[in-house]
Amino acid sequence: MDINTFIDNFAGQFDDTDRSVFTAETKFREIDEWSSLIALSIIAMVDEEYDVTLKGEDVKGAETIQDLFNTVQSKKQ
Amino acid sequence: MATSYNPFSLEGKTMLVTGASSGIGQTAAVELAKLGAKVVVTGRDVARLQETLDRLEGEGHVQVAADLTSADGIGALVEACPVLDGVVLCAGRGLLLPLQFCDGDKFREVFDINFFSPVETLRLLTKKKKVQKGGAVVFVSSVGGTEIFATGNAIYGTSKAALSSAVRFYANELAARKIRVNSVNPGRVNTKLIRSGKLSEEQEQADIAKYPLKRYGEPEDIAHGIAYLLSDASSWVTGQSLVIDGGLTI
Ligand SMILES: NC(=O)c1ccc[n+]([C@@H]2O[C@H](COP(=O)([O-])OP(=O)(O)OC[C@H]3O[C@@H](n4cnc5c(N)ncnc54)[C@H](OP(=O)(O)O)[C@@H]3O)[C@@H](O)[C@H]2O)c1
Repeated sequence: MDINTFIDNFAGQFDDTDRSVFTAETKFREIDEWSSLIALSIIAMVDEEYDVTLKGEDVKGAETIQDLFNTVQSKKQ
Repeated sequence: MATSYNPFSLEGKTMLVTGASSGIGQTAAVELAKLGAKVVVTGRDVARLQETLDRLEGEGHVQVAADLTSADGIGALVEACPVLDGVVLCAGRGLLLPLQFCDGDKFREVFDINFFSPVETLRLLTKKKKVQKGGAVVFVSSVGGTEIFATGNAIYGTSKAALSSAVRFYANELAARKIRVNSVNPGRVNTKLIRSGKLSEEQEQADIAKYPLKRYGEPEDIAHGIAYLLSDASSWVTGQSLVIDGGLTI
């Protein structure tokens, strides 16, 4: 798994936030556009792209994109 | 006289319940048996279906394990059914998915079990004259898709909206045989269907707060509505959707 591709996929779920805002250290729930729809979209994206089933609590428990990447990676093994 | 008066009794009636291996269907089967019905229970999970059978009061109940997305499964179920006084079409599944991920395959997967399966089951039951004149059919629909349009619920909601529409067409045509057709349309009920884990605890609490009665439903809340629609107490009710939702759609 590649973190940069993950960030691309992550950023793809947003409409109004510029791609440059997203880095591994971004605290994504602090982004203005963050919503319950985007939370569901992240779960669906991870299922589609990585074949990993995330829970709402996994998303809630992650602070940065790196944290979520780590969760996905650990669930993939 | 007064002690035996009960227009809600199902004594002497035989009922089919699909989706009886879990949740609303399981509880409905248990409640219908308590009200005196003989019940044919069906589901896929053999162990949980056996559990349902074990919980049914009285004698003469039957279980049939079948996958109701397959023509063979529906065929075998209909074949195994005696002539019925009541049919509860409860088997179904949920799916929480934002629209951008809702491709045709995802729609078909859910429509297969939520819409095509109950409709085909009812077609075969009536074609083979397995529903008695004066019988009653209850579809388990939802407030989702007709009253509530929640984020991520488009596939599920549209499948239930199609079902809610079907209720009226079937009620109209089957009235010729004095068969009544209605649906129960629940809000969120505590069963494994709503436990996909896609909502966080916090999101769920915020959702529960939208219900005037401040709780999700229990399977019994829905089972009792189903029992009413199957009993002689609802003899003049057909083509209706009974909303049971703790006030959500007020
Ligand atoms: N819970 C809610 O919030 C809610 C709200 C509104 C409407 N509803 C509706 O209520 C009905 C029952 O749901 P529930 O909440 O009781 O969920 P549940 O506990 O998950 O039960 C679903 C039932 O459907 C059966 N089923 C699923 N796919 C099947 C298939 N391909 N073939 C045969 N049987 C199949 C399951 O059998 P196995 O487990 O044996 O596979 C199980 O018995 C559904 O139609 C649902 O849409 C539920």
